Amino acid sequence: MSDNLSQLRQPAGSAGLADLTRELAGLIVEALNLEVAPADIGPDQPLYGEGLGLDSIDILEIALVVSKQYGVQLRADSEDNQRIFASLRQLAEYVNAHRTK
Amino acid sequence: MLAYRAGEPVLVGQFLSDVARLGAALPAAGHVLNVCADRYRFTVGFAAALVRGLVTLLPPTRTPAVIAQLKAFAPDAVCLTDEAACDIALPRVSYPEAASSGAPQPSAVPLIDAGRRAAWVFTSGSTGAPVPHEKTFGRMIACMRVEAARLELGTDRSWALVATVPPQHMYGLEASVLLPLASGHALGAGHPFYPADICAALAAVPRPRALISTPIHLRALIASGLELPAIDLVVSATAPLATELAAEVEQRCGARLLEIYGSTETGSIAVRRPTVTAEWWLWPGVTLESRGEETFASGGHIDRPTRLYDLIEPTGPDRFLLHGRVAELVNIAGKRSSLGYLNHQLNSIPGVLDGAFFHGPAGEAGEVARLGACVVAPGLDAAAIAAELRRRIDPVFLPRPLLLVASLPRTSTGKLPQEALRALAARS
Repeated sequence: MSDNLSQLRQPAGSAGLADLTRELAGLIVEALNLEVAPADIGPDQPLYGEGLGLDSIDILEIALVVSKQYGVQLRADSEDNQRIFASLRQLAEYVNAHRTK
Repeated sequence: MLAYRAGEPVLVGQFLSDVARLGAALPAAGHVLNVCADRYRFTVGFAAALVRGLVTLLPPTRTPAVIAQLKAFAPDAVCLTDEAACDIALPRVSYPEAASSGAPQPSAVPLIDAGRRAAWVFTSGSTGAPVPHEKTFGRMIACMRVEAARLELGTDRSWALVATVPPQHMYGLEASVLLPLASGHALGAGHPFYPADICAALAAVPRPRALISTPIHLRALIASGLELPAIDLVVSATAPLATELAAEVEQRCGARLLEIYGSTETGSIAVRRPTVTAEWWLWPGVTLESRGEETFASGGHIDRPTRLYDLIEPTGPDRFLLHGRVAELVNIAGKRSSLGYLNHQLNSIPGVLDGAFFHGPAGEAGEVARLGACVVAPGLDAAAIAAELRRRIDPVFLPRPLLLVASLPRTSTGKLPQEALRALAARS
């Protein structure tokens, strides 16, 4: 049992990011009433268009969740907004770098 | 003052010079699809088209299918864009950015004939092709002069109008482009999206400031908890605003919130302050007429009796109440379609035997209610159907959920009640 756990253990940073990625997936599914299970959203699957099929109304909803949960205010002109929403992983990395709570 | 770009004022002389220079890059006649994202560039494009004698095309969406239909409607159409990457399948005219630098050439203000066709604005129609609606310059400007008066913008101070809606939408074209042009106020070039963007765009322009927005953006702005810059007027349209949200907006912004009612076909025709009354106040000269279940608007800037797809109860010669939309109509985030059109698109997908969209249950105040669809398509999966739909309809209408079923719950007479579809979806 403990052997299994130690095999699964990862460096603290990436483990934290993996947790955050899963947490974000759950928050997105809940906020948008999506039909998918959070675990089924691939970390590199596009959120927009052909991937998860989100549109700008959804993105605004996710921005609200992210600001409430992590204190991150998204800006269309800051960084590369397209990149932030390219995938769950990118969003998690951005939130991780800018979170205030 | 004609506009503010990134906080910098643009004077009328600069605008006229930009219009003249862009005009020289446009064809001498025909139609232009103006997709400029920057509101100032859109406005320069719209004005240059007017001066040059071109008609601006405003389709409800830019899916490949609609662009192909637009091309059939106007084979000479070109696409005016300010984006480096633009995948619209039309001959392209890039917005000449140099037009905004350089010393303005003194230009006389061009005179535009009031009867000139300025734009074709399209609705999605009930089946195949989008339906064009003609907009003459004079009627649009007349409508906006009334709007400026009803919003009490006045002429003693120069307002700055910041809008969260794109200029290519009828409400955005009117309130964020034509209203400032017709009333001598300044438009904000940006198109702020996130709450923090909206706050920054407001803070970058001098007072008095007006925020031209929608229930979706206002709800996000209030829910963000951000400290709002001083706002002197809030305008909302595209869907009725819940009274409690309207009250909260007024309280947080310390400003009046006015709602505008209109349609793509008629433009704006009424206003109300929802914290004071539920009644809408019609533009002077505009009248409503009931014909059975249907309501038509005419008079004022409206050229012929035009049907409104809402359930309307007249309460006085120039007042009315809204009681929701005609069941067939779909309006999501200011984009309009009909169940008939969407069903037609769904059933035209090879492999779909039967399919129907339905209105989802209403969410909480300000939340966007999406559509669902039940589809009979043995051999297709939901992802394949969604991909086909994405080519044909605007993404806001994509069904959530999209359910594959063995058969649709048709009644013995072949009717398909919305309630039965919702019940089927709830069971799945």
